[in-house]
Amino acid sequence: MAAAVEADALGLSVLLLDEQTEPGGQIYRNIESIHSDTLDLLGDDYRQGAALTERFRKSNAAYKPGATVWRVDEDGTVAYSQNGKGATASGSRLLVATGALERPAPIPGWTLPGVMTAGAAQVMLKSADMVPSGRVIVAGCGPLALLITQQLIATGADVVALTETTRFGDYISATPHLLGALTSGSYLRKGRQMRREIKQAGVPIYSGICDLTAIGEDKLNAVGFTRDGVKAEIAVDTLLLHIGVVPNTQITRQVFCEHEWYKPQRYWRPVRDEWGATTKDAIAVAGDGGGVDGAAAATLHGLLAALDAACRQGHIDMGERNRRADPIRYELARHQAIRPLLDALFPPPPEICAPPEDDTIVCRCEEISVADIRNAVALGAMGPNQLKAFTRCGMGPCQGRMCGLTVTELVAQARGEPIEEVGYYRIRPPIKPVTMGELAAMADE
Amino acid sequence: MFRRLHEPDGQSVTIDFEGEILKVGVQESVAAALLTANPGYSRKTPVSAAPRLPFCMMGVCFDCLVEIDGVPNRQACMEIVEEGMKVRRQNGTRKLGS
Repeated sequence: MAAAVEADALGLSVLLLDEQTEPGGQIYRNIESIHSDTLDLLGDDYRQGAALTERFRKSNAAYKPGATVWRVDEDGTVAYSQNGKGATASGSRLLVATGALERPAPIPGWTLPGVMTAGAAQVMLKSADMVPSGRVIVAGCGPLALLITQQLIATGADVVALTETTRFGDYISATPHLLGALTSGSYLRKGRQMRREIKQAGVPIYSGICDLTAIGEDKLNAVGFTRDGVKAEIAVDTLLLHIGVVPNTQITRQVFCEHEWYKPQRYWRPVRDEWGATTKDAIAVAGDGGGVDGAAAATLHGLLAALDAACRQGHIDMGERNRRADPIRYELARHQAIRPLLDALFPPPPEICAPPEDDTIVCRCEEISVADIRNAVALGAMGPNQLKAFTRCGMGPCQGRMCGLTVTELVAQARGEPIEEVGYYRIRPPIKPVTMGELAAMADE
Repeated sequence: MFRRLHEPDGQSVTIDFEGEILKVGVQESVAAALLTANPGYSRKTPVSAAPRLPFCMMGVCFDCLVEIDGVPNRQACMEIVEEGMKVRRQNGTRKLGS
């Protein structure tokens, strides 16, 4: 949105394809029509989205909501479906702003009804004004785990505990980054404030937990974990998992942009320059889809990408682009300063990245377990793509979004190879299901 | 599984879920509407017929697949409810043709 507003102001003709039905993305979801009580509860960070959305609505940027992109070509041509009809759009520059998704957390029982991501609960709160009706436990690590716990408590939901995988050692390894993070002081303050509010509400925070398990037959009944060597079990109706967020690289992968492994948080991100330009001439990335920097930084990345697009089209010269970028970069550095601390404090636990138990489901769609993958590697499967042929892993409707990172880690572990050598699934179009009817309707254009 | 913080004030639509009539807010996604109805599960997997409910609510995981107005494989979290919409659980793979 920020990029669209800026590019429009710079004189470019802009089209925004939004998979959602209203502007706001995941962070400012439903910002235009949220219930006023719920708006108060979600706080100022969320409220900031209102101004941005308003500027976007007032701009000349064309807006297509409910548009699902299912193919991107190297020249920036985009194929999408909207209202049951397929269509294509092309421009001289394509900005991919697909954001992040929560890191899939393969633990025993994570496919049971009653287990969701913490982000899912936040989507329910923002877009549907709903909260879990039974006993809730939040488990994992990262700022969003704290945030959703605090927000659910404020709604009156029955939150019984926050269990964190963050260990004492993580605090030690994070300490050297504290000084650098001071320029992002407001983030540190917010983190402390959230913890205080959770504790004041009488909700226990259990830190340093491991062996997280969702227990139940046809639905979740309890959550098990180990803390200080002691096994514990808590009866709950809903488990909200959160192990940080990772870039959604489906589009950049499909169109062959180069990707690199970001070791501190163990995810892939497209290689991008300081303007968000990828290794494909016509394509840039802004926001968390290019590497997780958070919502505030995402808008700044968007502004930089818009300036670069305007420069490439000759609307402004390079000097003008660079001059305008200076204050944006200054601001961006302030938001990025917190990242080394967060990366060190909330590393994805090894047992989540490469789950040890044989029975744990890795691929939710095709129900492929850890043992299935190890067996296929033992039989000679050399990488994620060959695993598809061996097991169907990653070939269900989500197309590897839920299992891709885990598969790479498991293969690397089993073969004793570096992650970069193992690589990732080759993502092929259509990256979202498209009906024959939608394709047929393209001919009418 | 979920409850509304505020009842849909005046603005509501009715949808049919497996024959049950649900009164839901106009802006709710199908997935959200189902989650307040305690459906137990919203689909069964094609491989082992395991029950599933929506998981990510943002169009990524495909665990919320349902049949809407006769069309299978719809992501319930990406579809907004409409008056008279008929929603069915998707059990196993979608049926071909018809």
